[in-house]
Amino acid sequence: MATTCERREFLLKLLQLPCSAVLLSMCGPLPLFADEKKEGYDAGEHYYGMGIQVDKCIGCGRCAEACKAENDVLRQPYYFRTWVERYVVYGDGEVTVDSPEGGIHGFSAAESDREVLRSFFVPKLCNHCDNPPCVQVCPVGATFKSVDGVILVDKDYCIGCRYCIQACPYGARYLDPRTKTADKCTFCYHRITKGLLPACVEVCPTQARVFGELKAMSSPLRRLMRMSQLQVLKPYLNTEPKVLYSELDREVR
Amino acid sequence: MDELFKQLAESLSQVSGFIYPNEAELHWALLVVIYPYLTGLVAGAFILASLEKVFKVKEVEPTYRLAMLTALAFLIVAPMPLLAHLGHPERSFEIFLTPHFESAMAMFGFVYAWYLMVVLLLEIWFEYRADVVKWSESQKGWRRLAYRLISLGSNDISPKAVAFDQKAVHTITLIGIPSAFLLHGYVGFIFGSVKANPWWSSVLMPIVFLFSAIVSGIALVLLLYYFTTLVRRKTPEMSCLNKLASFLLYTLIVDLSLETLDFIHRLYESEESIKILSELIFSKLFLSLTIVQILLGTIGPILLLAIARFSRLPDELKRVGYFIAALLIQVGIFSTRWNVVIGGQLFSKSLRGLTVYKMQLVGAEGLLVGIGFLILPFLILFLLVKLLPPWQESRSS
Repeated sequence: MATTCERREFLLKLLQLPCSAVLLSMCGPLPLFADEKKEGYDAGEHYYGMGIQVDKCIGCGRCAEACKAENDVLRQPYYFRTWVERYVVYGDGEVTVDSPEGGIHGFSAAESDREVLRSFFVPKLCNHCDNPPCVQVCPVGATFKSVDGVILVDKDYCIGCRYCIQACPYGARYLDPRTKTADKCTFCYHRITKGLLPACVEVCPTQARVFGELKAMSSPLRRLMRMSQLQVLKPYLNTEPKVLYSELDREVR
Repeated sequence: MDELFKQLAESLSQVSGFIYPNEAELHWALLVVIYPYLTGLVAGAFILASLEKVFKVKEVEPTYRLAMLTALAFLIVAPMPLLAHLGHPERSFEIFLTPHFESAMAMFGFVYAWYLMVVLLLEIWFEYRADVVKWSESQKGWRRLAYRLISLGSNDISPKAVAFDQKAVHTITLIGIPSAFLLHGYVGFIFGSVKANPWWSSVLMPIVFLFSAIVSGIALVLLLYYFTTLVRRKTPEMSCLNKLASFLLYTLIVDLSLETLDFIHRLYESEESIKILSELIFSKLFLSLTIVQILLGTIGPILLLAIARFSRLPDELKRVGYFIAALLIQVGIFSTRWNVVIGGQLFSKSLRGLTVYKMQLVGAEGLLVGIGFLILPFLILFLLVKLLPPWQESRSS
């Protein structure tokens, strides 16, 4: 009898182990680490987004160039954290889209002998979704949403399974062949945490890109949100992008 | 890296329409095709084995142990192509240590470990225990030592102990059937839950994966049973082959119906992706989908099996018919996996263009490595069969 009792006790203790682990994890991060903050920067006070005014983009590609230089993105034309697409809608309804080398060297003139109904440029980047499918699928949690709403990748943790690349509906991710880990736009996290603008916003000659606080009452982005009718890409996927487009054409996907 | 850039430049030159700039690289290649193919064979072989134990289909009894060993051999190899495909295989253990529970892929390690440890190894151990104890007494040298090790110190072969073994096998099989469904349904879910990809995103995906798994598993065991009886200069039991062929035929019909339902559903709903997907089916996937998967791999075997099973042909001819049908099914199911994995990456998520996949011959994700992963399970199976002969005449009791 004594042995059965001991066994029962042992099994009960064994059961308690995962239970206490679950309870502990519910308490959130231990207070031991809670004070850890970036010096002078409180992520909890910020929530970032970007507005893109499609009618202001001239397709110069400076943003794509600045991004590559600022973030040490590979120069080869298969890796972009941001790029520019050109849409041409012809009179007969045909639509062509191109983005030669991500639009980094600008665009050559379109076919001239056909009637063009409308044509415009659309800058693209990671949408830093509020409901990000890439974060959902990462098996180890290497990609995550930071407190200030930016989707980041921990490249020392990423196992390189590429599931996040498959899950991104916007083609915003790639695998960096140097680190063999997923990589993407960070809103220039190293700059914005110092109060600077992302490189692509900084260099845009027409201020087509508006970066800022989504929730603060006075910010250039809030002004844009008040003054324009905004849309997001692929809204039916419920990814809740934080990159907002004004004057977005229905042909843009 | 230069090699990669050269490949990407070549791929980019063959793109039709528009793709997002980051889509030049196809991320899940041949090795990720092989992974669901292998797990499908595992689940299928196990479900066939459970037919005998749980549903008491006595005719397929001669294949029971062979099916279990086949499932084990293929399960051992199944995660290898995945591991080889990772950018950082040395970090793969993080999936166990710090799993992200929202991720479908994070469950892989647990589903796999459960299936290997709790279901397959345990069931095989109980099934073979009495024989292993006897072999450890009758054999000499290293074999004796091996059997001693496998028996894990148990030596009770009294009728009571053997009866307990059989009860354990029965219970584990009962747990094993939903586990096998979980194992492969889960693989289907990994693809079916990607909402960004209209070719994958389908609630039917896990079920289609499951039935194609059962089809491929039964076909594989049929091939192996036929082949091994010939090698051992025996005549295969016709009642067993007939039963296998019947099950193969029925599951194949269910599989085809599900695929057709999926196809009609897509066509009828006609969502925004329908244009690019039809372009995909009629250009890049025409050979591997229409010709190989549907005609050669599904309709052909259905006809062949139906004729061979229900006509009055001599047994020799029937057997040849079954054999050819099972071979065609393997080719068909492999292309099913190909069409899902590769097909889902041949069109841009902008739905405006198609890209290409150029398989490499050598290299980490090349054809040779892929063939290696397809041969390896058979080598492991060969060793397992040598160690734990599944034949009825080898049983010591």
